[in-house]
Amino acid sequence: MNGPSRRRTGAAALATATLIGLAACSPPAKTSGGSGGSGGTADKAATATSATEAGGMDALVAAAKKEGTLNVIALPPDWANYGEIIKAFEAKYGVKVASAQPDASSADEITAAKNLQGQSKAPDVFDLSAAVAAVNTSLFAPYKVATFAEVPDKLKDPNGTWVNDYGGFMSIGYDGKLPTVTTVSDLLKPQFKGKVALNGDPTKAGAGFSGVVMAAIAQGGSPDDISKGVDFFSQLKAAGNFLPVDPTPATIESGQTPVVIDWDYLNVAQGAKLKGKVDWKTVVPPNAAVGGYYVQAINKDAPHPAAARLWQEFLYSDQGQNLWLKGGARPVREEAMVKAGTIDKAAHGALPKTEGTPVLLTTAQSDKAAEYLKANWAKAVG
Amino acid sequence: MAELTAPGTTVAPGRPTSRRPTGALLGVLPFFGYTAIFLLTPTLVVVIGAFLGDGNRPSLGNVTALTQPQVVSAFVNSVVLSAVTAVLGAVFGALLSYAVATGRPGGTLRRVMTALCGVLAQFGGVTLAFAFVATVGMQGFVTIWLQKIGVDLAGSTWLFEPTRGLVLVYTYFQIPLMLIVFLPAVEGLRPQWREAAETLGGSTWDYWRHVAGPILAPSFIGALLLLFTNAFSAYATAAALVSQGSPIIPLQIGGALSSEVLLGQENVGKAMALGMVVIVAVVMTLYAVLERRTTRWLGR
Repeated sequence: MNGPSRRRTGAAALATATLIGLAACSPPAKTSGGSGGSGGTADKAATATSATEAGGMDALVAAAKKEGTLNVIALPPDWANYGEIIKAFEAKYGVKVASAQPDASSADEITAAKNLQGQSKAPDVFDLSAAVAAVNTSLFAPYKVATFAEVPDKLKDPNGTWVNDYGGFMSIGYDGKLPTVTTVSDLLKPQFKGKVALNGDPTKAGAGFSGVVMAAIAQGGSPDDISKGVDFFSQLKAAGNFLPVDPTPATIESGQTPVVIDWDYLNVAQGAKLKGKVDWKTVVPPNAAVGGYYVQAINKDAPHPAAARLWQEFLYSDQGQNLWLKGGARPVREEAMVKAGTIDKAAHGALPKTEGTPVLLTTAQSDKAAEYLKANWAKAVG
Repeated sequence: MAELTAPGTTVAPGRPTSRRPTGALLGVLPFFGYTAIFLLTPTLVVVIGAFLGDGNRPSLGNVTALTQPQVVSAFVNSVVLSAVTAVLGAVFGALLSYAVATGRPGGTLRRVMTALCGVLAQFGGVTLAFAFVATVGMQGFVTIWLQKIGVDLAGSTWLFEPTRGLVLVYTYFQIPLMLIVFLPAVEGLRPQWREAAETLGGSTWDYWRHVAGPILAPSFIGALLLLFTNAFSAYATAAALVSQGSPIIPLQIGGALSSEVLLGQENVGKAMALGMVVIVAVVMTLYAVLERRTTRWLGR
């Protein structure tokens, strides 16, 4: 929950959700196959929808090297381990990464792409929150990385216009001095009086929204009916346990918000940061794993099309995925990598355990949930 | 009578000393320019936006959205909160003003009080919220000190509730503001008037009922209105304290403009702002009517 992370927590829950519905609207995949053909590799790269189309991985690397630079935007070095990822990419391929406005928001990324269109400084790739990605798919170039098949179907556009990259689950972070929390209902106990905070108003912030969905699922609700989640917070409020304070690293460290409902990667990062000061524990409630993912996409007017594609190949390679994992985020190929045994076991073991099928809301479900919250949230906690 | 007057604190009707120096109009030009840019334009943006629907077509959808129960209750909360804190601030502020005014003119008490209130009246927003959190919040030093002497307030979230927390915090800047705008009027009360009243056999009650009260009434009501609008439009203090449920209308507007969950609510936010403008307009009209009545009555 450092600066950048709070900024970007938003709407991740809606990520997959909102995008699933968009699959139909995305531009058709490039079908021209093969590696032959005339023209430079760079030209090929600009329209290539896979490494094969760009003339194979070696040709893609060569083309990217020739371009020399990759423009990235809004990637804070301490967010999901991007600092190390950028360094590893530069070292591996000898392509310089120009990182612009690391603290910018997802919306800023799109603005930059539009304003700098046709210029050499325009961003080549995006890392977006789902809500922003959903309305801007016309700016993306479809591309399928070599490991595309290993990305779960729900977490990608079938043509590769956008692909989820990393994400996490809703979790409960709490001070180890408090009684152990295992389920959402535990928070109703009297020991948690005035202690439970939710990261943001769910009618405004994505993290808060997913927190209510998590409570709903845990209390026997479903993605189609989150009323049980709102009821839960209403009970929490009636019990005097709900704390209407926005949690920040400062409120956690000072003990003002001893229980925080937020993304697991943020709670875990918080725990790492407070090591020695506060014994900050993170738990994903059993059978209520509500997921949210960020979105990776290539700018269709990328000034460095080959480097942009190579960056994607790198991010979705075992190495790239494990680097995200090291930063506490769950890489999208997690499942396949666990099966293949290629996952960084230490980092993976450090993640909070999840139980049951992960829940991801569809567009229709999240729209419905948002409308329900709009009408009922203020009443529940007012 | 009053060197420093709040909006509409004309104390006595008097005959307007109508002088129009040459160049006066030129002098107010910057003011008009300023109001045009910072008051008129935003108001127009709000009014027009409130009636625009999807694709910038004229629509009443945003205005009808104001009837949603959570918006109505936010309006009610805002009006009640502003009215309660305005009355509390006005009553305590007026008593304080009287206490200060009866002190030695130019004395330490008066100088300290006016200076202090000048600072405190402007002490709002996040800093004020933080001050309260640090004092009486969950880990506030008063809370912890009370805990040590056996009064356990731990886990009490009263400070973050609009009915209790916000009333207290708002009153904290309302009282000093009242002192600043009302003190000049109280200072205008001449001791001779009281002496005259007493010489004619009037009691203290008679003096307040027939002399001081009527003279102070317009200023008092004007200051009350100022306090009401001051609380009605306050955003940052509430935003820093209450982060769930948007119980008052400025927070609802903030949510409509910045939500990443409910998209496309910007113009509903503008409709809510228009609602606020209407409420303030109604209050101002009431004030104008009241003032006219008082003046007429005073003039008799």
